[in-house]
Amino acid sequence: MSTGSERTTEPRDDVLVDVRDLKVHFPIKRGVLFDRTVGHVKAVDGVDLRIVRGETYGLVGESGCGKSTLGRALLQLTPPTSGEVNFDGVELTTLAPNKLRTMRRRMQMIFQDPMSSLDPRQNVESILTEGLQTHGIGGDRNARRKIIAETLDQVGLPRWALSRYPHEFSGGQRQRIGIARALVLGPELIVADEPVSALDVSIQAQVVNLLDELQDNLGLTYLVIAHDLAVVRHISDTVGVMYLGALVEEAPSDRLYTEPLHPYTRALMSAVPVPDPDVEDRRERILLAGDLPSPANPPSGCRFHTRCPWAQPTRCADERPELREIGGSRVACHWAEQIASGELRPHKVSVEVVRPVDEGEEPAVVSAPTEPGSFV
Amino acid sequence: MALLDVEELSVTFARRNQRPVRAVDGVSFSVDAGEVVGLVGESGCGKSVTSLAIMGLLPKQPGLTVGGKAVFDGTDLLKIDDRSRRDIRGRDIAMIFQDPLSSLNPVVPIGIQVTEVLTRHRGMKGEAAAKEAAQLLDRVGIPDPKRRLKEYPHQLSGGMRQRALIAMAVACQPRLLIADEPTTALDVTIQAQILELLKDLVRDSGTALVMITHDLGVVAGMCDTINVLYGGRVVETARRRPLFRQPRHPYTVGLLGSVPRLDAGRGERLNPIPGSVRDLLPWPDGCAFAPRCTRRIDSCVGEPPALVVTHDSRGYRCVNPAPLPGAPGEEVREVVPGSATPGSVPAQAVPDDPPAVPGLAATPSEEDVA
Repeated sequence: MSTGSERTTEPRDDVLVDVRDLKVHFPIKRGVLFDRTVGHVKAVDGVDLRIVRGETYGLVGESGCGKSTLGRALLQLTPPTSGEVNFDGVELTTLAPNKLRTMRRRMQMIFQDPMSSLDPRQNVESILTEGLQTHGIGGDRNARRKIIAETLDQVGLPRWALSRYPHEFSGGQRQRIGIARALVLGPELIVADEPVSALDVSIQAQVVNLLDELQDNLGLTYLVIAHDLAVVRHISDTVGVMYLGALVEEAPSDRLYTEPLHPYTRALMSAVPVPDPDVEDRRERILLAGDLPSPANPPSGCRFHTRCPWAQPTRCADERPELREIGGSRVACHWAEQIASGELRPHKVSVEVVRPVDEGEEPAVVSAPTEPGSFV
Repeated sequence: MALLDVEELSVTFARRNQRPVRAVDGVSFSVDAGEVVGLVGESGCGKSVTSLAIMGLLPKQPGLTVGGKAVFDGTDLLKIDDRSRRDIRGRDIAMIFQDPLSSLNPVVPIGIQVTEVLTRHRGMKGEAAAKEAAQLLDRVGIPDPKRRLKEYPHQLSGGMRQRALIAMAVACQPRLLIADEPTTALDVTIQAQILELLKDLVRDSGTALVMITHDLGVVAGMCDTINVLYGGRVVETARRRPLFRQPRHPYTVGLLGSVPRLDAGRGERLNPIPGSVRDLLPWPDGCAFAPRCTRRIDSCVGEPPALVVTHDSRGYRCVNPAPLPGAPGEEVREVVPGSATPGSVPAQAVPDDPPAVPGLAATPSEEDVA
């Protein structure tokens, strides 16, 4: 990729994670006796990103956009098909398994569902000790107990929790156990995959604040993966928006809200409900037509052009846009400047049509919209 | 007279050798024709059980007690027999569920599932029913409806399944639609599509809508009147704007402070409600929210707080509500900070920013200035 050469030698910040052109393709198999590979699901298809030490990188996108796969591939939990993942100067994709294992101490993961990511038959002490034993941290039992006790304090769990089992805790407390399990090894990078989406609103806020506090106190670096744009924007310094396996926009968190450049980001922003009636009544909504196309057979050119209200007859359908820098953001859109300046207007028809476009089907094939008022 | 009047609805589940659980406790609200009413609350607050009780869909099991009234257009839905209830259900009142995949039959094509309701309530058969079904799918925005009728639920995407469910629900032009978390399982862009569709339905057909959700953002954009539930009771009722501008019940204040807002800046701390919902509902011993409340006073414990109704038809169940802005000194009482429950971060339930309340922050300097 041509973008790689421009960004190679500029140690602008203290970059902890540097991902270059990462691809994860899953084969689609058919057949009974002999598995034939009939295609690939391109879950992640060429992602470049850097995470600065001590900062939070937020990854948003709808289900099926490849954000979780990217997180797992970064930790080498899913082997990447190609590309590079550089963690603090060490290339992870070519690292020997035993070396990778020792590296894992420095990068931990927090999972979405706190119930299914905790072993119901292990008590909290055993959950927290397992990692310490594996990595040989803390010589004897007492030393380990000390580390565990400190971690419990950090995540706000009482000492009596040690002898309890996961089912005895509420959802928020379980997520705290999950966070403690990641923290106990003293990692530098924490990948949090939907850390709060299984929790109730009031508990969600507690966990979000906890993650913030831990970052302030321990200088952690986060990669937060979530579908909730409001949450991601709240905790991230930089936000990357993914669509069909690729980043479409990357911007500082505040800039993403004030100046979204990519049409998809705009649509996403306008779709998130805000708990304020005045804002809700005033804001303009960009309703996207249809569903996410299949990642096994992504549209040619710009992946978003089948649903894009600003799609142009030239370039969009046949030339895949690279991420390029505009202002402080990186955007993958041929027409970002023209859209931002208002030179290009969204075409009214496809924006207003609130109907799904079938996979691979051209938007033109879709039948005419029902006139308002014709319902029932 | 309202279209649906729910009065003192209560649902109790009793099991042998266990304390009975009162999931819904004296819930009252009413819905006018063409009105959108929201029931908001966190998991376990009784919002879904309320809707199931109104629809008569709670599993008939020993130990289930449903009390109170749910009067729909003159008939008490809780008193009528199953036969007449089946006549009303689907024809006058319809329901949309949260998970479209598990509420559709996976082994029956969409077409048959949609025509079933047409056959049952409108007596349509064969070709006519199929034609009407295709029209319904088209109205809710499913492209190529004729082909979709022959397909099975797994062949549709999540958004389309939800559209199919909505098509079934509106097939008989119901007067009341109950939507139980209709967009929770969907992505935000699809959620926006579905909410827009529901808004159009309400506007064009005058159908009343009861919207059950945990998402305050959805409520802010859709509902005319909002009921906030906690521990099986309505703790606050208000029109949309007053509720978001001047929440009175500390729980509503806490909820609003817990939601990260898209239009707020990075780094603003959230103000979560400390602690978590208790399994056993202690309403008989006082306010169920008292253990987590920052405005708790002595009289919160003992008797459940009565519903206070103010002039603008707002109501709240609180003896020490958050005072209205512009009324300093009103009901300023001793503020007892919520005792830190094990496993909770120390936090304030009441946000410090503008929607918050003068007089609450116990800063004498502020009063001196004023």
